[in-house]
Amino acid sequence: MALTQQDMDNEIARHREAYEKSVAEGAPRADHPPRDYPPYRSSLLRHPHQPLVVVATARDPEAVELGSPAFGDTDVTELDNDLTRRHRGEPIGERITVTGRVLDRHGRPVRGQLIELWQANAAGRYAHQRDQHPAPLDPNFTGAGRTLTDDDGGYRFTTIKPGAYPWRNHTNAWRPAHLHFSVFGTAFTQRLVTQMYFPNDPLFPYDPILQSVTDDAARQRLVATYDHSLSTPEWSLGYRWDIVLDGPAATWIEDGR
Amino acid sequence: MSTPRPTPSHTVGPFYGYALPFPGGGETAPPGDPDTITVHGHVLDGEGTAVPDALIEIWGPGPDGELPRKGGSMRRDPVTGGFLGRNGVDFTGFGRVPTDADGHWAVRTLRPGARGEHAPYLSVCVFARGLTHHLFTRLHLPEPADALAADPLLASLPPARAATLVARAEPHRTFRFDIRLQGADETVFLEFT
Ligand SMILES: [Fe+3]
Repeated sequence: MALTQQDMDNEIARHREAYEKSVAEGAPRADHPPRDYPPYRSSLLRHPHQPLVVVATARDPEAVELGSPAFGDTDVTELDNDLTRRHRGEPIGERITVTGRVLDRHGRPVRGQLIELWQANAAGRYAHQRDQHPAPLDPNFTGAGRTLTDDDGGYRFTTIKPGAYPWRNHTNAWRPAHLHFSVFGTAFTQRLVTQMYFPNDPLFPYDPILQSVTDDAARQRLVATYDHSLSTPEWSLGYRWDIVLDGPAATWIEDGR
Repeated sequence: MSTPRPTPSHTVGPFYGYALPFPGGGETAPPGDPDTITVHGHVLDGEGTAVPDALIEIWGPGPDGELPRKGGSMRRDPVTGGFLGRNGVDFTGFGRVPTDADGHWAVRTLRPGARGEHAPYLSVCVFARGLTHHLFTRLHLPEPADALAADPLLASLPPARAATLVARAEPHRTFRFDIRLQGADETVFLEFT
């Protein structure tokens, strides 16, 4: 039988409490979600049972993963960071700009690297054949964009705010509105695929994907900040979201602990 | 000194297909290059069922062992905004392909050269619905045997585990590399510190 939201809430609370207890007993804080997070049902058969094998890159300067694919001006066009101008007409929805910086664990800008963004339309529907839930497609919105970070690690997208959408994890499961991001760093070990959320979404506590990040502070880092100074009169609302790429210890210095 | 904490990972989800794959994503080798190899396999879950919505990224050195520094994997047409495909000459070292309905993927790339003490390998990054965090593994070529025996990572693993990191030779310079996410013969996945 399908689980109810109440079942899911109980599971989410149990995992969060277990995590808080482990931290109280001295375990390090987790910046990333566990790969085995049962409330997110799709993880059940898709997480490794064996522990990951550690490769110490400080002792392995020839590791392939310390390099990263390069992307350049041939890989993006000037329009790619504006998802509202890909069709003849304007997409329906609330126009937004999302801007921020990509940094490494030193706080240094990550320059000239590829960021890819994809998302549902304003009604919460993806331009994907397997998304068949009864919300309209928008002929003027596909929902995919790209850009390269500038010399300051900065990026900027113009798009529309996506809608929430239902999924079949449990009965009445709804994803909070989110933008999917894919980011490359200077090392392949820094590769990141993640999601950006919008502040104060009432769906946050019910969503096992967001709640899979069991650390409260880490989860908060997935939520953009509304920044009125980035809003443009008669045009768009502005959000700021910085991205920090994780990386092997060799590329960053842990703060004192 | 205070350093920023990393942005948490999230799943790629099921609906990346119109955004991340690109034409020629699996055609990493310049056409006609005699060092071209095909690497391919299935992605399987803990019940041995094919994973039809995984995304595989392959990154590796050229035959000389050097890591490419050239862009152009996703070369674009400034007139139409579409994809032109690679320029036919430069090797970028990067391939990206989704699995098909059978959970199968394939990439044609150049035979990687050895680096340092490593046996030649390609770095493989796996994304999928259900993976809260991508998984890294390494695809080693099955020869030369002495290079495999001397590889520090392979040598550190029990033989049955190490075997999950070595592709199987097939005819026509093709190498089979199945990725088992969980269970018996589970692929070795890596964490970099
Ligand atoms: Fe989504």
